[in-house]
Amino acid sequence: MEDKYVLQMENISKKYGETAVLKNVSLNVKPGEIYALIGENGAGKSTLMNILFGMSVIHSTGGYDGKVTIDGQEVNFTSPNDAMKAGIGMVHQEFMLIPGFTVTENIKVGRELTKPGLASKVFGKSLERLDWEKMEGEAQEALDAIGMDIDRHVKVAGLPVGYMQFVEIAREIDKKNIKLLVFDEPTAVLTESEAQRLLSVMKLIAAKGIAIIFITHRLDEIMEVADTMTILRDGEWVETKAIKDTDVVEIAQLMVGRKIEKLVDDDEKPEGLESAPVAVEIRDFRVDMPGEKVKGVDLDIRQGEIFGIGGLAGQGKIGIPNGIMGLFPATGTVTIFGSQINFGKLGDALHKEVAFVSEDRRGVGLLLDESIEDNIVFNTMTVKKEFLKNYAFMKLKDGRRVRSHAQEMINLFDIRCTGSLQKVGSLSGGNQQKVCLAGALTLNPKLLIVSEPTRGIDIGAKKLIMEHLVKLRKEQGLTIIMVSSELVELRSICDRIAIISDGRLSKILSPDAPDADFGLAMSAVRTEGGA
Amino acid sequence: MNTKKKLNVRSLLRDNNVTILFIVLCIGAYFASGTTLNFLLPELFTRIGRNTFMVLSLLIPVVAGLGLNFGIVIGAASAQIAIFLVLLMGVKGLPGLLLCVVICTPLAIFFGYLIGRLFNSMKGTEMIGGLVAGYFSDGLYQLLFLFVLGGIIPIANKTLMISTGVGVKNTMKLGDKAGLKYALDNIPMINILDVLFWGGLVASALILLYRLLKKQPLGIGRILKFFVPVAAVYALSFIPVVGRFLGTNRLLLLNAIELGALVAVIVSVIKIIKMKAIDKKAGLPKKEIMGIVIAALAYGATYIPPLFSAFSVVKLPVMTYVCIAGLVIFTSWFLNTKLGQEMRTVGQNRAVANSAGINVDRVRIIAMIMSTVLASYGQLISLQNIGTVATYGSHQQVGLYAIAALLVGGASVQQANAKQAVLGVVLFHTLFILSPVAGKQLLGNAMIGEYFRVFVAYGVIALSLAMHAWSKLMKGKEAAAKAEAAEAKS
Repeated sequence: MEDKYVLQMENISKKYGETAVLKNVSLNVKPGEIYALIGENGAGKSTLMNILFGMSVIHSTGGYDGKVTIDGQEVNFTSPNDAMKAGIGMVHQEFMLIPGFTVTENIKVGRELTKPGLASKVFGKSLERLDWEKMEGEAQEALDAIGMDIDRHVKVAGLPVGYMQFVEIAREIDKKNIKLLVFDEPTAVLTESEAQRLLSVMKLIAAKGIAIIFITHRLDEIMEVADTMTILRDGEWVETKAIKDTDVVEIAQLMVGRKIEKLVDDDEKPEGLESAPVAVEIRDFRVDMPGEKVKGVDLDIRQGEIFGIGGLAGQGKIGIPNGIMGLFPATGTVTIFGSQINFGKLGDALHKEVAFVSEDRRGVGLLLDESIEDNIVFNTMTVKKEFLKNYAFMKLKDGRRVRSHAQEMINLFDIRCTGSLQKVGSLSGGNQQKVCLAGALTLNPKLLIVSEPTRGIDIGAKKLIMEHLVKLRKEQGLTIIMVSSELVELRSICDRIAIISDGRLSKILSPDAPDADFGLAMSAVRTEGGA
Repeated sequence: MNTKKKLNVRSLLRDNNVTILFIVLCIGAYFASGTTLNFLLPELFTRIGRNTFMVLSLLIPVVAGLGLNFGIVIGAASAQIAIFLVLLMGVKGLPGLLLCVVICTPLAIFFGYLIGRLFNSMKGTEMIGGLVAGYFSDGLYQLLFLFVLGGIIPIANKTLMISTGVGVKNTMKLGDKAGLKYALDNIPMINILDVLFWGGLVASALILLYRLLKKQPLGIGRILKFFVPVAAVYALSFIPVVGRFLGTNRLLLLNAIELGALVAVIVSVIKIIKMKAIDKKAGLPKKEIMGIVIAALAYGATYIPPLFSAFSVVKLPVMTYVCIAGLVIFTSWFLNTKLGQEMRTVGQNRAVANSAGINVDRVRIIAMIMSTVLASYGQLISLQNIGTVATYGSHQQVGLYAIAALLVGGASVQQANAKQAVLGVVLFHTLFILSPVAGKQLLGNAMIGEYFRVFVAYGVIALSLAMHAWSKLMKGKEAAAKAEAAEAKS
């Protein structure tokens, strides 16, 4: 029975420090099978693949528990090189290609064919001359095998993006002992026709007896090509099923489904929200943020609403707040309480009573070498000219007022610190986030935008921040936009949740909508339009 | 169509701006100085012989992505240590020079390894690292020469040491009694031919024997291809006139051009005959015809009186130029080996190289070792020609000037080749020779030209680095625009 599988991963567990990121996950992949690995961001897919490839992040953090067998033999790779030798290949999401090299050179990189010469006999194999003729021939064979008609002399830099993926695949196919190929989100950067082509190439490869692990969040693609799928959620194995025994709705449900702890009772919700005036109107909004492009979004957010924006990483949800604040080039119109934001002018949104808590806490949100009190009042001082004292023609910081305000905030948010003069760089993540939030509130905004407010902070702080957001809305009638990858959090406090996929609005859902709806909204990317 | 052509000219200008600037400066300085070619060319070819090897030693680190290797200063310093030891031992002439090579090679390998290790722990900032490592090593070098030699290790040699017995004098003479001056330059051509012939004979015999034992195809054809011309020239050398000519160690540039043209024509004709008669290929052999035309033009140029007289005063040290040509051939051969390709891969993208199973750190260390060793040989070649070693100064500016020369040739931090190295040496040294003269002519003060050339050396490096950063920025923008366009299309 053993050698029926090309790859078996049994009871794999992995901890980074105290946090378990994988708990007893098992995979069994047969030769020639397309095996889909599904899960949200942070479900443990990439950690699992890192273990398979023996990446150094795994070993430098204490290794893993469990057993990996390839063709019935137990292995423990300590470097990607070992994995390569054992016949495992990877097609990366970001191309691992060298633009300045030709297609042939890229396909043969690290595995150049050589012919011996005098020097190589004296000084060893590494001085053998390259056998260009043979290399060209084999590169062409690999390209033919996947049905690609690319000129192998061309430098990769000159190829269209869609072709690069195929060069990567040709490189992996060219490895003679290849048994298993991992495709990590291969269609993310491809156009629809290119993606279709890729899928047919995958089938072609599988037909040759090479197993494929297919990591993607596009469920339609999985339904099209995969034979078997395994779903991971929060590092745990959820389900393994043959594709023919399941459907998209079930997969979507399994992918998302988990208990939701409601932080707001329904009766706490302000009444008449549906008829409240529109606070934020977003029209044809496009943001050019690398890795989080927004490609045309229309949204109406009502006054007093907690509006959630969710979706998978890289789909553009983060781009929306950053575009509004003018941190990345944006087009379209955003009208906040009747006045239009000028994206070209950095800080324009701040002047229009919008406060922003960035997802990039340490980079954008805080001045790490400054004190807590300075961080809390800094924006207000520069934008609203508050906390200032006039000395003749100069305006200086009003130290006493700053101190007392900061103290207030520290008490309010329960910021654990040695005092308001402590540098924020030395605070824990959760407390830093509280400082960010305190700074945003000091602006006394009408609209608060929080982006990934719970990223990298502990559960206690998470809960406190979420509760505080709810309280703010209740007590001050603040309108809040919360952008988060954590669907659970969005569903626990938001009134409505917009799911962004591929830079566009996929669907607006009520937090009580079934899991499957969320899964589908996040995954079924190409329901209309296409990339 | 028209716009496209225009764009090409513009990008050509943009990509070669430093080189073009230097050509203009050189021409300007030549006319401003009012000198003749008879003054310029001998001086220039002496400097080409001295400096090219050193500049070529910079190529491999650039290819391997280590940038411009300011660390060659350390290679130069190890050459000087070797020279000191050989002077102390009193070995003269060619044996002395070979002993220098034997001593400085392990030193340079060791230092190259250390620099490689250092660079591996500061990836991305190798250039500044190399610069500082150079200064640091200079400090150690001074400690060694000023204090350790004589101070700790007693040395009884009055010509080398300061009168107190502690520390080395600030010049070491290679000429006269030391017998190292021109040790390489003075090797007669006939000796080179002898070595080629007999060495080739022995090597061919060994290869054939090896292949016979291993029962591999003999491949006599390829061996003959190399050996027959050598043997033919060797046979010619027994004709008294030719023998006398080959017995000298300097070659007139005039003769060199004549010989070069002759060889180029013969080779081209043989190739054409082979193509037409044996392979029966259709079409014009464009490359070969080009070769004949260029050879004819070069030969024709020798009949222009001012060129003729200038060519007749330039004497090339043959062996030195053979070494330079050998290094050019070696470098291009090396880059076509497995290790060379690995270096190119590492130079292009370390992450890809790593995932392709290449040991990135090891490859980078090898590149540094090669560069350091070659730089030490380059310093030996240079010093044996100059004839004196400024104990505390000869190595200091080596890195700066070699790098400036390479950049002038159109190389950049990321790409460099032998052509650029040679062109760069020619342009850089032309300006170096001419600028003091031009300064004197124009402003009545040679020092101004002197200042100018120092300014130029530093300026060119700064300019190249800034240009490099700028074109990288532009490329990034272009790529982004391209991606945008592609996205809009889909």
